[in-house]
Amino acid sequence: MLAHPFDTILAISRRELLIAGSACAAAATADAQSAPAPRPADAPPPPASTITLQVNGQSHRLTLDNRTSLLDALREHLHLTGTKKGCDHGQCGACTVLLDGRRVNSCLTLAVMHDGAQLTTIEGLGTPARLHPLQAAFIAHDGYQCGYCTPGQICSAVGMLNELRQGIPSHVSTDLQARPQLTNDELRERMSGNICRCGAYSNIAEAISEVAGAEVRS
Amino acid sequence: MDMPVQTNKSRRGFLKTQAALVVGFSLPLAARRAEAAIDPVDSNTFAPNAWVRITPDNRVSVVCGSAEMGQGVLTAIPMLLAEELDADWKLVSVQQSPVDTAYNNPAFGMQATGGSSTIRGHWTPLRTAGAQAREMLLAAAAAQLNVDASTLRTEKSHVIGPGGKKIPYGALVEAASKQPVPEKPALKSPKDFKIMGKPTNRLDTPAKINGTAKFGIDAHVDGMLVAVMARAPFPDAKPKSMDEAKAKAVKGVQKIITIPSGVAVLADGYWAARKGRDALAVQWDMGPHADFDSAKVTSQLEEAASSANAVAVDKGNPKDAAANATQTISARYEVPYLAHACMEPLNCTAWVKGDEVTLWVGTQSQGPAQGILAHVAEATPAKVKINTLLLGGGFGRRFAPDFTIDATLLSKAAGSPVKLIYAREDDMAAGYYRPASVVRFEGAVDDKGAATMLRAGVGSPSIMAASGFMKIPENGVDSMAVEGLADHPYAIPNQRIAYGRAEPGPQVWFWRSVGHSQNAFFIESFIDEMAAAAKADPLQFRLALLSEAPRHKAVLELAAARAGYGKPLPKGHVHGIAVAESFGSYVAEIAEVSVAADGTPKVHKVTAVVDCGMTVNPQTIARQIEGAICYGLSAALYGRISYKDGRVEQSNFHDYPVARMTDMPKVDVHIMPSSENPGGIGEPGTPPLAPAVTNAIFKATGVRIRSLPIDTEALKKKA
Repeated sequence: MLAHPFDTILAISRRELLIAGSACAAAATADAQSAPAPRPADAPPPPASTITLQVNGQSHRLTLDNRTSLLDALREHLHLTGTKKGCDHGQCGACTVLLDGRRVNSCLTLAVMHDGAQLTTIEGLGTPARLHPLQAAFIAHDGYQCGYCTPGQICSAVGMLNELRQGIPSHVSTDLQARPQLTNDELRERMSGNICRCGAYSNIAEAISEVAGAEVRS
Repeated sequence: MDMPVQTNKSRRGFLKTQAALVVGFSLPLAARRAEAAIDPVDSNTFAPNAWVRITPDNRVSVVCGSAEMGQGVLTAIPMLLAEELDADWKLVSVQQSPVDTAYNNPAFGMQATGGSSTIRGHWTPLRTAGAQAREMLLAAAAAQLNVDASTLRTEKSHVIGPGGKKIPYGALVEAASKQPVPEKPALKSPKDFKIMGKPTNRLDTPAKINGTAKFGIDAHVDGMLVAVMARAPFPDAKPKSMDEAKAKAVKGVQKIITIPSGVAVLADGYWAARKGRDALAVQWDMGPHADFDSAKVTSQLEEAASSANAVAVDKGNPKDAAANATQTISARYEVPYLAHACMEPLNCTAWVKGDEVTLWVGTQSQGPAQGILAHVAEATPAKVKINTLLLGGGFGRRFAPDFTIDATLLSKAAGSPVKLIYAREDDMAAGYYRPASVVRFEGAVDDKGAATMLRAGVGSPSIMAASGFMKIPENGVDSMAVEGLADHPYAIPNQRIAYGRAEPGPQVWFWRSVGHSQNAFFIESFIDEMAAAAKADPLQFRLALLSEAPRHKAVLELAAARAGYGKPLPKGHVHGIAVAESFGSYVAEIAEVSVAADGTPKVHKVTAVVDCGMTVNPQTIARQIEGAICYGLSAALYGRISYKDGRVEQSNFHDYPVARMTDMPKVDVHIMPSSENPGGIGEPGTPPLAPAVTNAIFKATGVRIRSLPIDTEALKKKA
């Protein structure tokens, strides 16, 4: 069941997000080819803002160029390198983090848009003593090879299972009103935004299925 | 201020210096004490060779010189050693080695990871290393207990003495260190393996699932500048103008440096460097390449294939066989350049301080890099330190030295540490592609349906020439351009297979399974065409020709049985088959495919059987075959690097698509039990995938796919 009118916006599939991303990518490439309007050398520096981000339960006060992506804020400013950069254009999902509980491609959003937001990155999921169930499942099912896409896969899976719990349908859901089930098709569609070049997809799917199944049983 | 860095030699010249480091197959480890690696070896450590360290707490640390890119070497290398050591696997950990000739890959004679060679290269040396340590521990225990060593045995990091007395290895550290190192210790019989051959979980957890695993792109050095480059869009293009003022006006930009491969903007962070590079708006003098496009590639390869005369295979009398054949067929096949598209974009952090060079990088070729970068930085190899971080994918791309050379040159010019990062768009356009290739085939079958003649002319660039450390031999055959085709397994009495070299211009390199990646598609498709001409079943046609290839035959037969080949399939589903040997392993794949009305193929399942000889970690083997199938699927369905107006047209994953979870078929991998010596496993799963799929597509639609990626337009409404 859709809980809130704004949830209809989130009901767009990952594929549509990717198509939107590709339009941005095409635009960005075009920008790089043509000469942008010149900025005089004595123009004021680009605007910066001071924001507070709650990352993995810790509060961080940052002053950032407004154009800093959330991904670069995490990696370069907070030195949290667990979240990975794969394409910087929302195509690959390696940069997926949880923003107020929702999964987002952190490369596609600006840090300054999220003053006061609660962020969870891979470093904040679970502890050495108590792994998040998905982390444990990824180990048990060997859900990675090189490990580069893994933080994004895990964060995306956490967000995806939240969406499922909230009853948000996907591109392959046959009945938009029914409570979605995590069928093989649903799982793959909902995780299709996370590329794995090593091809560990089946193990990733098994890990997620196990946790989802446990959630259904509990 | 612009700081051009002039060098006297071309990049190719740099690469040739590396040839001096190739010392040939290195001897099995000599008796030597380990050099200082990550953990210095002190008197409290038993370290009879470069790979094993045992400490009084009874823990075993194995030092691994190979690069970990997901293929599991950080687990397999310790398994080889721990088996012969009779270590308790729970007490074993692994650490990455520094760059040192002690860690040369015995298959290469240099410290490098590739060619699916790690297990094959280390099989005897690492087992010997473990066995050495075990014998020294036994000798030490024997002396302590005052018994003959033959009355003792070892089990799970303990020496077991008379009456069941157990001495942990850790208690023997000092005594064992005093023992002579045996040159030829006894190795176990494979039937006694306790660790090898059993599915084993990776040792690189939990770092990869909790965000602490460090890849090259995660490196940080205080005071470093981040560099993003404007690279020549085509080899030998030169920068003719740029707007330095605009680049410098970007907040955070510190320096602009020109090096042979392009112009770098150095800044205090990635975004500033990227924006500065874009603002620089380098205009390129493309020389003769301004109108280079994919049509030119095809015509040059065609010409080379048609006139191919460097003969790789010459058997019987193909001309006569063609003249006397009941039926001859001919076909032309083509594949494009392919990018590796590792998940982690290329990067390298380098610090040149006087005559000292330090790198933090995910690289497959530390050994060659040491020599090349010493030359580049005007230092000595001994002063080049390489911190090998994890690789977010390698697939051969990270075997290339380009990104390490550029980072080193930039650091030297800048006088500070430099972290060079490629945007995805930079990575996509940076060359070092899997070569494009064209093949012209002719085949003949007789009236009994047997294959009597095969002729092939291959036109493609030379990886041997491009590598910088290999040379095309006297006979003119680039072995990588024809591997998988010239050494196909079919007993056809009359054959001529020849290579014609074409160099359209883009830099080529090793891509997962190298020449096999296109040649298995070529030969397994054409054999299928010959089967169709003979009105024979593709499986039976092949089996009849595999009389001299028992291991190919065995995997193919078993795959057919496991896939239910010949049995009914769901409506619209068909099977396609392929078999290929590469890097010492034999893989048969049977793809279950259907084709939709809009021409889109759907691969539902791939049944794979692999004969890779004796196994170290069957879990890794299954993952590598499945991963290689995924990699091959991306290439079959989508992969294409194309050129227009001298530039690569692809930039990111929207126009260079790769297989996503929605594309992935169910994969069933069966490992053939074998007592043969191990073969490689990183690459062999890729070659058979494309032809298995396209052979299925032929069965479903009657349309023969002769070029990749698969053209769905041609398949519309054909199923």
